[in-house]
Amino acid sequence: MDKHYVFIAVIISFAITFSLRAVPFLLFGGKRKMPQSIEKLGKCLPASIMAVLIVYCLRDVGDSFMCRGLEKVLAVAIVAVVYKFPVPERYVGKNARTMLSIVIGTAAYMAFIHM
Amino acid sequence: MKEATIKSLPIMFSYIFVSMAYGIMMEDAGFHWYFSLLVSMTVYTGAFQFVFVTLMSSGASYITIALTAFLMNSRQSFYSLTFVDEFNDIGKKSKLKKLYMIQTMTDETYAVNCAVSAEKAKSREDRQKIMFIVAFLSRVYWMIGAVIGGILGQVISFDMSGIDFCMTALFVVIFLEQWENAQNHFPAVVGILVSVICLIVVGEDYFLLPSLIITSSILMIYNARRNSEVV
Repeated sequence: MDKHYVFIAVIISFAITFSLRAVPFLLFGGKRKMPQSIEKLGKCLPASIMAVLIVYCLRDVGDSFMCRGLEKVLAVAIVAVVYKFPVPERYVGKNARTMLSIVIGTAAYMAFIHM
Repeated sequence: MKEATIKSLPIMFSYIFVSMAYGIMMEDAGFHWYFSLLVSMTVYTGAFQFVFVTLMSSGASYITIALTAFLMNSRQSFYSLTFVDEFNDIGKKSKLKKLYMIQTMTDETYAVNCAVSAEKAKSREDRQKIMFIVAFLSRVYWMIGAVIGGILGQVISFDMSGIDFCMTALFVVIFLEQWENAQNHFPAVVGILVSVICLIVVGEDYFLLPSLIITSSILMIYNARRNSEVV
């Protein structure tokens, strides 16, 4: 493998990825103030992005729904149920609740696909 | 520190195993662990790193590599939008820290740090400290996994497939948390509808970016309209 090629490829990828991450800061850094519309967009984007990311994680669900797809959907349902399970806050704190639903959901999913 | 570590645990589980898979794939393609480490440290982005292996081993042109990186990672610009204020504030104290936060923005750190920045009970300083540690640890996990995968991949092999589901689970939990705290569910609902429609129309491989662009446009129009109603 040609080392020069690999290094240049890495540098190109790094430069592009970093620039993309930095774009908003270059546009609205320092003295230039962010337009209100963009500021508002930034505030309400997290909820939308989380929704988009979930759909992204489940994008292959439709491929073979009765087999792989159903397992994933079920596991997501388990995560939600564990998270929403009505246990008072003093027994299970917020962080513990988050961890529990992730661990149980993931364990369930791994069990499903290895069965 | 302790709290930040706890918050980063879901990232740890998925990153270590996913980047191990990456290290193994690199080793198979003839790149040793230090290449995996180099890429994981500099480029540091999930899906693209896997595609990058294929591109490099097939000797793809620099233009192809650049274009693929651009298309696959454009979504990160949207993530940064949320944190412009926060990171600029961090930058007042330390420019280096700000650059570090920008460079380490990924799907997962974005998700966790959104949750952190929503915790209004904490002081801004505490929140920023936690965000930094989360970003720092996440990249450490990712690099450790890549190295382990590269070195041990050939020797040990065990079936950990499915572990990456913990990322999905994390997104679901954060989504639910945001849903509970939000007065207005419009952004979340638009996100779901638009991405499902894009998934059906554009297909699995390319729907992420169009979804984000369309969702952002709708939100901007929506915000502008709501503004004029209030006034």
